[in-house]
Amino acid sequence: MPAIEILGLEKTYSVGFWRKRPKRALHPLTLNVEDGEIFGFLGPNGAGKTTTLKLLMGLVFPTAGSARILGRDWTDPSVKAQIGFLPEQPYFYDYLTAHELLEYYGQLSGVPAKHRKQRVEQVLHQVGLRDVQGLQLRKFSKGMLQRVGIGQAILHDPKLVFFDEPMSGLDPMGRREVRDLMEQLKHDGKTVFFSTHILSDAEALCDRVAVIHKGELRDVGAIEDLTSSVQGKVEVIWQGTQIPASIKAMGAECHVSGDRVRAIITENQQDAVIDSLRRDRCRLIAVTPVRTSLEAYFVEKLRRAETVAGRAV
Amino acid sequence: MKARIAHIASNTFREAVRDRVLYNLIAFALLLSGAAVLVGQISIEIEKLVVINLGLTAVSLFGVVIAIFIGIGLVSKEIEKRTLYTVLSRPVRRWEFIVGKFFGLAGTLVVNTFFMAIGVFAALFYVSRTFVRADAMIFVALYFIVLEFLIICSLSLLFSSFSSPLLSAVFAFSLFVIGSFAEDLRNFAGMAHGVSRWFATGAAYLVPNFSAFNVITSIAHEQPVAGQLILQNTLYALFYAIMALSGAVLIFEHRDLK
Repeated sequence: MPAIEILGLEKTYSVGFWRKRPKRALHPLTLNVEDGEIFGFLGPNGAGKTTTLKLLMGLVFPTAGSARILGRDWTDPSVKAQIGFLPEQPYFYDYLTAHELLEYYGQLSGVPAKHRKQRVEQVLHQVGLRDVQGLQLRKFSKGMLQRVGIGQAILHDPKLVFFDEPMSGLDPMGRREVRDLMEQLKHDGKTVFFSTHILSDAEALCDRVAVIHKGELRDVGAIEDLTSSVQGKVEVIWQGTQIPASIKAMGAECHVSGDRVRAIITENQQDAVIDSLRRDRCRLIAVTPVRTSLEAYFVEKLRRAETVAGRAV
Repeated sequence: MKARIAHIASNTFREAVRDRVLYNLIAFALLLSGAAVLVGQISIEIEKLVVINLGLTAVSLFGVVIAIFIGIGLVSKEIEKRTLYTVLSRPVRRWEFIVGKFFGLAGTLVVNTFFMAIGVFAALFYVSRTFVRADAMIFVALYFIVLEFLIICSLSLLFSSFSSPLLSAVFAFSLFVIGSFAEDLRNFAGMAHGVSRWFATGAAYLVPNFSAFNVITSIAHEQPVAGQLILQNTLYALFYAIMALSGAVLIFEHRDLK
């Protein structure tokens, strides 16, 4: 059973003061997130990531479509006891201390009173705020507030956690800690759905990603599948400084570094290059398919989308 | 359900208690009660009357200011600051949030009224050196003031559920002023003709009738308040508050939190 099933969820806002006109924030979105995976929801700013999360949280109402979360209708209030949510750039009641805030959220989430205090302490320790738990949140830095946000999202031990830009405002150490935390959540059998535009985070963490742009889903899949399908190139490395003439003639992109040569060729040139190296008695070291970085894939995907949109106009 | 409403109410109360502006208002109200003593001293023979009149009016007016000041931001501020996102993404229904906020604000006002009432009684004791049986009627006036606050709280929440704090303040304060003259409006409706009669009658019965809650002058003159009026005002305030809260819930249940 998928942890999240989104079925044609769509959102159109009315904009303008006097003459209202429709603005589509999310085109019909159909998407499944499997149980126990870390799923990245990628897209540039304004792509529709936050709108999707708000729809799933019941903060805005869809124009059409529906969703099922953990096997139940997403509007069922009991579902919310099993999900955690970190909004983008979270803001909390700044007159409360971190301890009071988590205590309050624990009460609202139905964490039993006898376990609540212990759980709050545990989460404060987990997000690195135990030493400042008595300080009012108005004195917290952006990064500390982000940690509070992560704490409140996992406080009630949810089965599914939604993070909207979780690394935002964190220093490198904090980002590393959040990555570790997300991996720990996965290890504990939780499902993590997180939106980000920081592609290195998605690349390091996600089992699968979805790419959204201008409210439309562009692609879904494992990062390996998405990125390897783009170029179909192969990297060949051999020992020496010589580049056989036949390889040069193929127009391969070659670089000599120390006593090694690295060439980037197309997949259909692979056999010919290996034969040529054998003939010239060069020692082959490696033949590896070139994977585009997620960033390159992402840029390419968005560029294509822009081109298609440009033609349509 | 009850527990969640209680937790939201308690947090709303805590927010108000930690808001420094609130203390300024209470201090100001107590100062005004103190001033009543001074005015009372120069009003020979009618010191007590002046102290009760001024003191209770201060409690009422400052309570109304606090109710509007806090009430108008209860929902809109939470939307604007996005604190609502982490509340409504939990098993909290939207109506529970509104009702919890209402009880939190109402609780804050009851506690404030209690402290301000102590100020009034202290001023009264200072000028008359003793309490008489008729002074107990001051509790009825305070009770009516609290009922008035319940209506204003619910109206502030209603306006806060769909408009900005500034507009909500204008709406709520306008209704308070018009409602304080509701009896005059009803009399005017009785004398008007044609369309204006319909319009004035509709307006007169739609706005909260705060004039029925104002018994300060009669109590200052040691006149008793009829039990029927107490019952009538109680039912009226509860009905009005429930209707306004229902309106707030209805609007908020369908509102997108952008």
